[in-house]
Amino acid sequence: MEAIIIGIAKSAIRLATPYLYASIGETIGQLSGVLNLGVDGVMLMGAFSAFYTVLKTGNLWLGLLVAIVVGAIFGLLIAFINVTLKAEQGISGIGVYIFGLGLSSLLFSTMIGTVQPVNGFPPLFIPGLSNIPVIGEILFQQNILVYGAFALIPLAWYVLNKTPLGLSIRAVGQHPQAADSLGVNIVRIRYFTVILGGILSGIAGASLSIALLNVFQQNLTNGMGFIAVALVYFGAWRPKTVLIGALLFSTVNAIQIWVQVKGINIPSDFTLMMPYIVTIIVLAAMAKRRIHPPAALNKPFERGE
Amino acid sequence: MKYKRVWEISISLIPIAAFLLALLIGTIMIAFLGVNPLIAYQALLKGAFGSMNAIADTVAKATPLLFVGVGICIAFRAGVLNIGGEGQLVAGALSATIVCLNFPNLPGWILIIMALLVGLLSGAIWAGIAGFLKAYFNVNEILSTIMLNYIAAYGMNYLLRGPIMDPLQIKLGSFIPQTARLTQAVDLPRLIPTRLHFGTIVAVVFAILVYIFLWRTTIGFRIRMIGQNIQASRASGINVQKYMVLAFVLSGALIGLGGAIEVLGVHHRLFTDGSVSGFTGSAGFNGIVAALFGQLHPIGTIPASLLLGALLTGANKMQRAVQIPSALIGALNGLIVLFVVGSEYLRRRQTRRVEPTTKTESNSQNKNKDKKESK
Repeated sequence: MEAIIIGIAKSAIRLATPYLYASIGETIGQLSGVLNLGVDGVMLMGAFSAFYTVLKTGNLWLGLLVAIVVGAIFGLLIAFINVTLKAEQGISGIGVYIFGLGLSSLLFSTMIGTVQPVNGFPPLFIPGLSNIPVIGEILFQQNILVYGAFALIPLAWYVLNKTPLGLSIRAVGQHPQAADSLGVNIVRIRYFTVILGGILSGIAGASLSIALLNVFQQNLTNGMGFIAVALVYFGAWRPKTVLIGALLFSTVNAIQIWVQVKGINIPSDFTLMMPYIVTIIVLAAMAKRRIHPPAALNKPFERGE
Repeated sequence: MKYKRVWEISISLIPIAAFLLALLIGTIMIAFLGVNPLIAYQALLKGAFGSMNAIADTVAKATPLLFVGVGICIAFRAGVLNIGGEGQLVAGALSATIVCLNFPNLPGWILIIMALLVGLLSGAIWAGIAGFLKAYFNVNEILSTIMLNYIAAYGMNYLLRGPIMDPLQIKLGSFIPQTARLTQAVDLPRLIPTRLHFGTIVAVVFAILVYIFLWRTTIGFRIRMIGQNIQASRASGINVQKYMVLAFVLSGALIGLGGAIEVLGVHHRLFTDGSVSGFTGSAGFNGIVAALFGQLHPIGTIPASLLLGALLTGANKMQRAVQIPSALIGALNGLIVLFVVGSEYLRRRQTRRVEPTTKTESNSQNKNKDKKESK
């Protein structure tokens, strides 16, 4: 029994990684007033580009770097459409998703063709800490991208709440007119947050393809990017609660995988369905709380109106 | 005035410009893949329009896109986004299949009507969940519809792997996740001896009906009004929540009907390849592209879905002829969406410039409509 719980907890920590990167990126973007629903598409592109690079060169860090660059390019595209062209953000996000899904499938079938594994980031035992019984095994025998994801939470909290940059980001999302009158460059802030969100989505994808699953196939993410967006609502735009949400989902995932591996007699389709059902329930439960999204979310900024 | 007219014409050309731009990028991609774009496009055109069969395939492919596209128009007009076409298609197809499997001995036409109605209802319910959550719990409808897509797909996969699997598959031990072929009595009539079926006509009729509904009836007017200005609608006494749910229900009903027609008209059985878009072929997403491309107008969606149907049918043939994966069209579809929403900006900026004339016109129009409302 103990081994089972340790196993599930360990894989829950692992599986929280892509959710954390993507949700924190989305949180920062939404706090500045930009809703990006294309996260899943960007994740797929990040996952593919990292995987392809590693498959061809064997260099994991280069793979991560390529995913970051690809994520940044997508972020730039999303920022241009949503901030400069002031597009309806719900639809443009779906456009980004369809584009990312199509392009990653296209590139996969022309450049790789078959599903094959690579050697991903190996586990990194933290000296001393990894020897602690139970906790050491669960927390400190993970790979570097997992540690990075968890380090991102306090970092994002600090930047958003304790720095002038964080204040500007939140001001731009709450009251762009006021921020504008105080000389904050709204367009620049939003470009920054959306490109950062793209980069983090790229890393989220890479964490799947070169650190957790170590494969790539068409539609590898299976809607994870959308769940990551839902986690932002769950987390009420605060990194700490986003972390709780990500752990909730990764635990559901970990249990689902465990059930499948153990061959327990629950049809796999039902266990696969669980994260999506939980998302809907969680969204409905959260919506009744009196927490409001950033006031300018999904509203392009027009000066002088 | 003259300037305005010129602008209106050029506005209506935006989707075509977006399409051409996407095609240009597609050309570059094909060249990158080491194929002569001219040869690739020739294969695509031939695949989509090269023969009577090819044209029929194109129209058959366009049919579910039209159902989804028109359904999505209703939701969009109410100011909500229904991204759940995939799930609603599955709901409609699955329930229609179950009806046909359970009553194989009923007369064909009764069974067809039953199956289509049940499909329609199932789509309506599936979308209604998202509508209800949006209207009464303020749950983001894009996220909820996406989640419902996955739930529907996995639910279908479960049923196909067990309860409704073809008994022959079980006997042979091959366990392909599909149902038995439905009784031939429920095959929709063919229009000409090709894959073209009666469902296409149903789709076009519904597109026209939805246009009349949205622009010529009070309920349709109210639905469009909450999409235009939710505060004003509330202030004028419209039950915003009720109409929001209604828009979702109607949207899903059309898409569910489309799913049922896919089964009875094209496949004659339900199947899956295990992935979430195995049965629909992503028609739920491509229908969004068709709706946007048709400027969110039910009538405009007719040619738009035909064009996308041609692209998809042609791409399959192109894949075989010159080894360009048909996923290319998926990528191009995404670009079309991005270009169309991106170019909205130009339109808005321009309408503001010609504001004086349009404002008075629309005001007087609204007044007339208000009068109608109060009667």
